[in-house]
Amino acid sequence: MNWTAIKAIYAFEMARFFRTITQSIISPVLSTSLYFVVFGAAIGSRIEEVEGVSYGAFIVPGLIMLSVITQSISNASFGIYFPKFIGTVYELLSAPINFFEIVIGYVGAAATKALFIGTIILITAFFFVDITIQHPIAMVAFLILTCISFALMGFIIGIWAGNFEQLQLVPLLIVTPLVFLGGSFYSISMLPPVWQVISHFNPVVYLISGFRWAFFGSADVPILTSLAAIALFTALCLGVIWWIFRTGWRLRA
Amino acid sequence: MPTIVDIQDLRKSYAGGFEALKGVNLQIEQGEILALLGSNGAGKTTLISTICGITTATSGKVTVGGHDIKDDFRAARSMIGLVPQEINLEPFEKVLNTVRFSRGLFGRPADEAVLEKILRQLSLWDKKDSQIRELSGGMKRRVLIAKALSHDPQVLFLDEPTAGVDVELRKDMWEIVAGLKASGVTIILTTHYIEEAEAIADRIGVIAKGELLLVEEKNALMARMGKKQLEVQLTEPITEVPLALQLLDVELSADGQSLIYTYDTNAERTGITKLLSKVAESGLVLQDVATRQSSLEDIFVGLLQEDAA
Repeated sequence: MNWTAIKAIYAFEMARFFRTITQSIISPVLSTSLYFVVFGAAIGSRIEEVEGVSYGAFIVPGLIMLSVITQSISNASFGIYFPKFIGTVYELLSAPINFFEIVIGYVGAAATKALFIGTIILITAFFFVDITIQHPIAMVAFLILTCISFALMGFIIGIWAGNFEQLQLVPLLIVTPLVFLGGSFYSISMLPPVWQVISHFNPVVYLISGFRWAFFGSADVPILTSLAAIALFTALCLGVIWWIFRTGWRLRA
Repeated sequence: MPTIVDIQDLRKSYAGGFEALKGVNLQIEQGEILALLGSNGAGKTTLISTICGITTATSGKVTVGGHDIKDDFRAARSMIGLVPQEINLEPFEKVLNTVRFSRGLFGRPADEAVLEKILRQLSLWDKKDSQIRELSGGMKRRVLIAKALSHDPQVLFLDEPTAGVDVELRKDMWEIVAGLKASGVTIILTTHYIEEAEAIADRIGVIAKGELLLVEEKNALMARMGKKQLEVQLTEPITEVPLALQLLDVELSADGQSLIYTYDTNAERTGITKLLSKVAESGLVLQDVATRQSSLEDIFVGLLQEDAA
């Protein structure tokens, strides 16, 4: 393993993030506050409680997941797409590093940034609602796993994308709907039976459910099922990345 | 000199069937400057990209310092620095940061003293904190060279280092290349400027349509293929070549003021003595005599025509 190279990529990507640190913090804090005002205060006053938790607190795990998933994908996809776009990718390809080291560097940095944003949102949430986290270790583990697996997915999108439109396509058309329909703002059990069945095909449901379990100790699906689902998703992404590595798809002529 | 880069029967064909490299064999010697000369699309960049790992070869074998570029890619690539043809740099990054990144990427431990030495060598030190977008085109090329040198490579590939660069900058670049050679770096540069190859290379390779037509010492190449011309200027213009000179291969210049005799420097007899005595016999009075050697350009054009025939 060329750890020096991994560190170089990681540090370079993180430096880009810290150059725009103000935007990086203000934007998630602002959007989270808006969600709390709209969903927590306006709608929450009519819903009051979901599964024994106040509605304002209930949406916190979903809100964090929403940001963490979109941030992981956009950071990682942009991270690898940008060198392709401006041509600096030649340096990655001619350096004495293999593809997995490149992946660790970019995905690691993207996941770190998303984790950072997730933490900021959690801190912001404490200002709006009372939350006690029942399984803090599981909560952190879930958060990190989600950051990594979706950063892997973002990396694949970044390799695949041929232009900026394609870079936005998957997050916009697939990921955002899945996250919104994945129970960020409601419990699956609140849906009509047919939609409950359909929801179980949405992988994000398992993530949010598991994450919510770590907070409140109750969930839509059993925690082990959630863990299995995220493990499966991570394995799938790793499989695709392994295939890209083997074939040099969209990277090496 | 020992061989540092060994290329054996290197082939590259694309999915569409286009053959960019058709079995290239080339041994690059340690410490030399090799210029690969060829027109656009001849395969120069493909050859470099394949050696550096950006493009995968269809078949063939390349070793750098004895390390196979596939099986032992870490050792092979650690020895190579690449300066690409396009100015591929992150516009918002600072000069020092981007060079530091390159060194790390090649697995070398951080060493600010080395970075300073390289930046000073390329007159970039006072620009170290500038964003790349603030630099001129020539400065950006220097940054690309600094990045390529950041890990102390033994072999440096320069892909068209002076394409689209003005004359002054080009001379500047030649000086940099000469300085690098003096520090022991082996340099392979591609160019389609013949004068560039003529000015700085030790050896010259000519590529056309994915084939290496020849590789030869620059001086030997010019001597072997070089024809010389002797120009005899006359005091009074004449209308036709005198009878005594017609048997020799002599041409009359358009203004009738001089006779031009083309001869082969490698021939046993150049025929100059005979020519001059015939000129005297014909009663012509000489004003001046001059010789000139054909340039690499003439040789190059000749080679390509031969290849096309």
